[in-house]
Amino acid sequence: MTPARANMSSGSRNNGRVARHERLKIRSKIISAIRSWLEGEGFLEVHTPILVNTLAPEPYIETFRTTDVHGSGSMYLIPSPELNLKRLLSEGLNRIYQLGPVFRRGERGDRHLPEFTMLEWYRTDADYKDLMADCEAILQTTAKAIGLDGEGVVYGRNVIDIRPPFTRLTVEDAFIRYAGWCPGPWPDPNRFNEDMATKIEPGLPKDRPIFLMDYPASCAAMARPKPSNPSVAERVELYIGGIELANGFSELTDRYELEERFREWTIARKRLGFRDYPWPQRFISCLDSLKPCAGMSLGVDRLVMLLTNTSRIDDVIAFTPEVS
Amino acid sequence: MYDSSDLRKGLKIVIDGNPYLITDFQFSKPGKGQALYRCKLKNMITGYTIDRTYRSGEKFEPANLEERHMQFLYKDGDGYHFMDTVKFDQVSMTESQVGEAKNFLKENTEVDILFFEGNPIDVSLPIFVELQVIKSDPGVRGDTATGATKPATLETGYEIQVPLFIEEGEVLKIDTRTGQYVERVKK
Repeated sequence: MTPARANMSSGSRNNGRVARHERLKIRSKIISAIRSWLEGEGFLEVHTPILVNTLAPEPYIETFRTTDVHGSGSMYLIPSPELNLKRLLSEGLNRIYQLGPVFRRGERGDRHLPEFTMLEWYRTDADYKDLMADCEAILQTTAKAIGLDGEGVVYGRNVIDIRPPFTRLTVEDAFIRYAGWCPGPWPDPNRFNEDMATKIEPGLPKDRPIFLMDYPASCAAMARPKPSNPSVAERVELYIGGIELANGFSELTDRYELEERFREWTIARKRLGFRDYPWPQRFISCLDSLKPCAGMSLGVDRLVMLLTNTSRIDDVIAFTPEVS
Repeated sequence: MYDSSDLRKGLKIVIDGNPYLITDFQFSKPGKGQALYRCKLKNMITGYTIDRTYRSGEKFEPANLEERHMQFLYKDGDGYHFMDTVKFDQVSMTESQVGEAKNFLKENTEVDILFFEGNPIDVSLPIFVELQVIKSDPGVRGDTATGATKPATLETGYEIQVPLFIEEGEVLKIDTRTGQYVERVKK
């Protein structure tokens, strides 16, 4: 190798590192801006355990299990702090959030990491409409904090107008428009999921953030049924520039309905060959004293991708799992 | 066996009895739904590309592929015959299996042959081969403008465009990636 070539290659390596360091600085500003906005809104930052005994038996989320911990059997790395945050709400806290790492086994791609950073916030006496307003404010605040004007974000080939209010579209309207069929309350899960990935997500406009709302009852997760139309659930997902950025619900607080869902999910997990979890009894019991509330989780790495116009999640974190 | 979560670009798997190379791979997981593994796959025998979407929990047989260094011996009515340069065993391939490589195969050419489940499916040629011109009309006298070419037939039967100064009996260096003349080989 000639000296000139050697310089060139180490130069380009350094440029890659500089770009990553630059994004890490922006990432830090974004996280600071999120924290100060939440603090201004009266939210309390909490740190619930990352290592837990029980989980919600969600069918399509796989977790990392530890080996025996202090003689009490296996524990799990949280795929989301959801259960323990709701336990804190049931104890009487009203506005709380957790910002930190969560873990999902088997998720790795240009927008997925098995360990990623999630912001999850909850409001009592609120529903998913309040969460949508929160998302709009968080987008505005973080964009401004890194020197953008709060109007447009360039992502890939698109300029995205991030001025509120963002577009709101029901899942039913999105399916009729982009997939040509109406899902109803119990769509075939494979067809629904595949069309969501191959027709809806690519079809959604890329020049405006979009809230996809009112999911079929069978895709409710832990969202409550919509009072005016129980065939759908008050669940919302935020898509920006083709990126799925956040997911939230008006929380289901009916203990019996949630227990019924958990039983169905447990059966579904068994059918899919996933492991059984211990029944989350403490969480179920807390629902008796849980006030109406709403909670949302937002992928912080993906927000950084969006605001730094980065196409791979690997480029907005310190080290990828393969080299960490 | 591979699981859906093992899929990635560059992996070789068997689908409907054929070996496929994953040329493009995308992991996606629409909110709370099942993970989808979207692949572009190239059939390693026909070269055709297909798109497939897999779900978590599916199983895939790894394509049992082996590459062996071999020497081209001769061609006859049964096809093209090659010999392993170490073990000395022989394999034959049909004209359609050999494909474009037939234009550049002369006796003793060393190649890499890809085997799928023990059967030869593809020939990788050296980048450059040297082939003799067996037929080419003389160039028009006085026409030496650069870029002017004439057809020539090489010892493999392959017809190629060569510069006007090339004469019958000369040996040419050919780039097998493009199929084009590179230079005259001085012997």
